[in-house]
Amino acid sequence: MNIVVCLKQVPGTTKVNIDPQTNTLVRQGIKNIVNPFDTYALEEGVRIKERYEGKVTAISMGPPQAEEALREVISTGADEAILLSDSAFAGADTLATSHTLARAINKLKQYDIIICGRQTIDGDTGQVGPELAEMLGIPFVAYVSKIEEIDNGYMRVKRMVEDGHEVIETPLPTVITVVKEINVPRLPSLRGLAKARSAVIPIWTAQELGVDKNMVGLSGSATRVIRVFFPQRVHHGEILQGDLESQANSLIDKLREAKIISGS
Amino acid sequence: MGIQIDLDKCVGCGECLSSCPFGLLEIIAEKVYLREGCTFCGACQEACDYQAILIEAAAEAPAAGDSYRGVWVFAEQRNGKLKSVAYELLSRGRQLADTLGTELCVICFGHGINEAQQLIAYGADKVYLMDAPALSSNQDDLYTKGLVELIEKYKPEIVIAGATSLGRSFIPRVAAILKTGLTADCTGLEIDPETGLLLQTRPTFGGNIMATIICQTKRPQMSTVRPRVFKKGTPDGRRKGQVIRVDFNKQRITSRTKLLSFIDDIIEAVKLEDANIIVSGGRGVGKAENFQLLEELAGVMGAALGSSRPPVDDGWVPYSHQVGQTGKTVCPKLYIACGISGAVQHLAGMQTSDTIVAINNDPDAPIFEVASYGIVGDLFKVVPMLIKKLKND
Repeated sequence: MNIVVCLKQVPGTTKVNIDPQTNTLVRQGIKNIVNPFDTYALEEGVRIKERYEGKVTAISMGPPQAEEALREVISTGADEAILLSDSAFAGADTLATSHTLARAINKLKQYDIIICGRQTIDGDTGQVGPELAEMLGIPFVAYVSKIEEIDNGYMRVKRMVEDGHEVIETPLPTVITVVKEINVPRLPSLRGLAKARSAVIPIWTAQELGVDKNMVGLSGSATRVIRVFFPQRVHHGEILQGDLESQANSLIDKLREAKIISGS
Repeated sequence: MGIQIDLDKCVGCGECLSSCPFGLLEIIAEKVYLREGCTFCGACQEACDYQAILIEAAAEAPAAGDSYRGVWVFAEQRNGKLKSVAYELLSRGRQLADTLGTELCVICFGHGINEAQQLIAYGADKVYLMDAPALSSNQDDLYTKGLVELIEKYKPEIVIAGATSLGRSFIPRVAAILKTGLTADCTGLEIDPETGLLLQTRPTFGGNIMATIICQTKRPQMSTVRPRVFKKGTPDGRRKGQVIRVDFNKQRITSRTKLLSFIDDIIEAVKLEDANIIVSGGRGVGKAENFQLLEELAGVMGAALGSSRPPVDDGWVPYSHQVGQTGKTVCPKLYIACGISGAVQHLAGMQTSDTIVAINNDPDAPIFEVASYGIVGDLFKVVPMLIKKLKND
């Protein structure tokens, strides 16, 4: 079983602060991390390998420092890692990103299951997985929460939808995106850490991928960000005063006055 | 391609530093340097008085041209009934079509759908309806191929769809086949009066930043929009429109994946997305058993039960109750947040609710910033008091 996990290095922005003076994101002290959703993808890849044998190859497109992220996933179970890095890849939207990833996966030749996280925490689009599937011309299942069985060229998975779960059967090769419910990623092992330190991570450039520069990076992107701004929150709420009972009474009165709830 | 900094022109004044919304610029030895992550938004170029920063625009092909006309809304159904996001998109789609002076079409795949006239009443000029038993359960492959065929045939300039699990799963595939741009989870869609392009605004970085995105040369311009972002309009029964039945070609439109079964796991009677009132709990609820208290309040008020992320992560409530960035977007008449601090990711899923009540013992909790009414106090005292008062009346 040849498993490919696509991942992205992202700023660990969950505790992002905004500098009130300059109104910009405070970057100091923000470490880059492996996109949290991608750690579930990696873990699931490693579990599939442990269950069915095979190899897990991690791929990331990014600047040279994204190599750290790839070393990190080697420490938690990836067998090999490849960095797709070239100044021509910069500024890519999801279309150009998935094109680049697809070229790299085609270059690998052998793949059965390609796993991505459901979305990144910086871009939040969740589009690279499905777009990648289409570029490779293979089936796609989103939001997988459990891999039930892999047998005879087919895989049966459970995936989350709004009001429940669907059980879906897909032929291999296939692309799936996974949700965090699928597993609890392991911590690096000592052996893994040693392996990560000594691992050679090849860098594939635009030339090695043989991509048309008009299909990657900013020039290969169909969309363009033309403006970025901070969301405005206008606050005109009211903190209810008084003791517990009068707070409760005042709330219920206000909701009734506004006809939000019924009653006397 | 990209951004170029002319170090000879740069005087190291630092004026540009605060212009970068991502904080990527720094001054080293009196010259400006750019860290990785630039989106080429152009803010620094404008801020520089010395023309030291240059954003090179891509060599744009001429605009895709006038062969693409019309605004399309993909209307998602479940068991033959259209989701309310379809009507929400219809109301914004109507405005876009009117601004462009073009037609508004609805695309609907499913089986036993009888809402075509209603779609017209809500603003559609044409309804393309593909009806077949195979289309009733949401099969990504069939929808992908079906929509691509229609887009290639009729060439709309704009296609919008709900950012539901189905929409977020198959619409990117349609965009990839058509090699066009797609903007996920838009909260704003406008037409640029000068260029006629669709201005697609969406939250990014977990809702910390808003970005406006265009798709200049490829067609159609495609966006997904989360449910409850736009308001459903009012129907006009006198509106005239055309219902066009599209054949389902079994030979061409096939599916490689198979839906084997569906497991319904909503435990309460009222579905979150349809609820007028939502009682929601966060980390402050403390443990799984304590959610019973919120369920009791929900029961008294005829409300649905919601949750922020921590209770779901800890297994106190199922994921289907989660509200926020990676859960559901809701817009009820009343949202009661109990023991929820109000992380941006949660706010992203509920801040457009008509009225928000926050109950939290931390007066500095960010949830109070979006609350219409706040009670600073212990939810284990406040909620029982509310239940008692509501029951007594």
